[in-house]
Amino acid sequence: MAERAALLSAPRRTFVPDRARTLVLCIAFAGALGAIVVAGMMVEPVAMTSDLAQKNLPPSWAHPFGTDQLGRDMLCRTLAGLSLSIVVGLVAAVASALIAVVLGAVAALGGRRADDAVSLLIDLMMGIPHIVLLLLISFALGKGFWGVTIGVALTHWPNLARVMRAEMLQCKQAPYVEAARKLGVGAVRIAWHHMVPYILPQLVVGLVLLFPHAILHEAAITFLGFGLSPEQPAIGIILSESMAYLSSGMWWLAILPGVALVVVVMAFDAVGHGLRRLVDPAHAQD
Amino acid sequence: MRFAVRNIGRFLLLMLLVSLVTFTLVSAAPIDPLQVNVGQAALMQMSDEKRAQLAAFWGADRPMYERYVEWLGAALQGDLGMSLRYNRPVVQVLAERAANTLALMAVAWVLSGVIGFALGVLAGVRKGSWIDRLVRGYCFVLAASPTFWIGLVFLVVFAVNLGWFPIGFSSPIGALSTEVSFVDALHHMALPALTLSLVGVANIALHTREKTVEVMESPYVRYALARGEGMGSIVRRHVLRNVSLPFTTLQFAQIAEIFGGSVLVEEVFSYPGLGQAAVTAGLGGDVALLVGIALFSAALVFGGNLVANLIYGVIDPRMRKEVLHG
Repeated sequence: MAERAALLSAPRRTFVPDRARTLVLCIAFAGALGAIVVAGMMVEPVAMTSDLAQKNLPPSWAHPFGTDQLGRDMLCRTLAGLSLSIVVGLVAAVASALIAVVLGAVAALGGRRADDAVSLLIDLMMGIPHIVLLLLISFALGKGFWGVTIGVALTHWPNLARVMRAEMLQCKQAPYVEAARKLGVGAVRIAWHHMVPYILPQLVVGLVLLFPHAILHEAAITFLGFGLSPEQPAIGIILSESMAYLSSGMWWLAILPGVALVVVVMAFDAVGHGLRRLVDPAHAQD
Repeated sequence: MRFAVRNIGRFLLLMLLVSLVTFTLVSAAPIDPLQVNVGQAALMQMSDEKRAQLAAFWGADRPMYERYVEWLGAALQGDLGMSLRYNRPVVQVLAERAANTLALMAVAWVLSGVIGFALGVLAGVRKGSWIDRLVRGYCFVLAASPTFWIGLVFLVVFAVNLGWFPIGFSSPIGALSTEVSFVDALHHMALPALTLSLVGVANIALHTREKTVEVMESPYVRYALARGEGMGSIVRRHVLRNVSLPFTTLQFAQIAEIFGGSVLVEEVFSYPGLGQAAVTAGLGGDVALLVGIALFSAALVFGGNLVANLIYGVIDPRMRKEVLHG
């Protein structure tokens, strides 16, 4: 009895340290996403070739995702579409994070007027539903790759900008920054030695966690017909084309590409949350 | 009083900015409203004179600021202009479509709130159990799934394969609007509303869970447990009260997301609401209608936040002073 009790209260033994495991998982997921981008670019020619003898086939070993109404292999189309989505998401999320840093800095360091102006801008952006604004911006820019990328970039910064503003305000008021200023250290040096290391972890995590939103919104806006053009093998295009064939029972056109998209989005999310555990002590136990 | 004046002021400023932004964006688009709405072939056959006449009629030949000022003047008198696409006053199109969309949104909003809250509290109270893991896993998958894809999956499963629900529209095909019964309307709304309600569940459930866990780990709950208070009474007296405040914020904040989701869901289910009209208007360069829809959605979001602020005062006596006199 005594032995048993001792066993039950013994701490769980982990053979791989938690942080190391998180790091490995992050790298593995990031590597998988990179592989999808490369694979998608490589199979793009295959994804565009149609073979009418092979049209409307359900999933099989030769075509794991089936084929569409023009006999194109759906696995190749899905891979090419995911690769395009990841690139759009990457460009848009990086641009969005840059906007967030700049506006956060303006709000935190630029005085009261600047702060008010930025917060009005944030309220305006948050006041219109994302999709409506995204649709308008993409439309104004003539749709296509840049329309949707710029649209996503311009709509996804407000949350991160708020975080950045709060972080910079906190850093600005920190005793060591006060001390540095009193000692006569220049603004550039303070920014580089104190501000940047302070906000960088938050920024990187915020950036990675922007990807899933960016990718989902790209797919949504493309699906509505305001994003990537119909010749491009985008997930939104694949899904909107599939709508015409669903009632005739061709379920694989919609289900499998969608599952692939969900898996990619979840992989990005896992990388983001893993990174947060690694760099942010407050979330280390999540 | 000051509270009311300040909010009315903010509302007007917001409306002005939204209309200006929308107007600018749509006018900046490199899309010729004539070509889109008349069609390439018809436009080629038209004489230059006729084309100029049409452009003047639609106001496509004048600079943007001139049209904006004119629109603003009319809008202040309650006239939002004519919709190019539907060839009717925007207010009329909005009113008709808003009824459909609001019904859809209301059902989805209530459903997602109730389901999300229940799942969140359940998972939070039983933290670490299989129920908690199930709810969290479900929420993570849901949060990663695009709304319109979920709609497509539902269509394939429930409408095509099982045949339980119709494939689209808000009423049976070919039926006159007077013949559509309430049951028919509900039957057509069920699938879109279910899809839309899933949009909010993940967010609400995860946040509610977080807050519930926080409450359950607090000293006062530990004390209540030590005193021998049962789980049901702890949930009722401590958890629900403390979780209701953040829940209210989330529930009203998700109005914007649900509106965004309704655009996608309406497109999937061919449901004749505002979202579908927005897509049609956007593809056709229908400025007046787009501005109208943008204003409507912004007003809806603003109204939601305002109601949330008022409800805080009702739920939490500590905030009553701040909100009403602050």
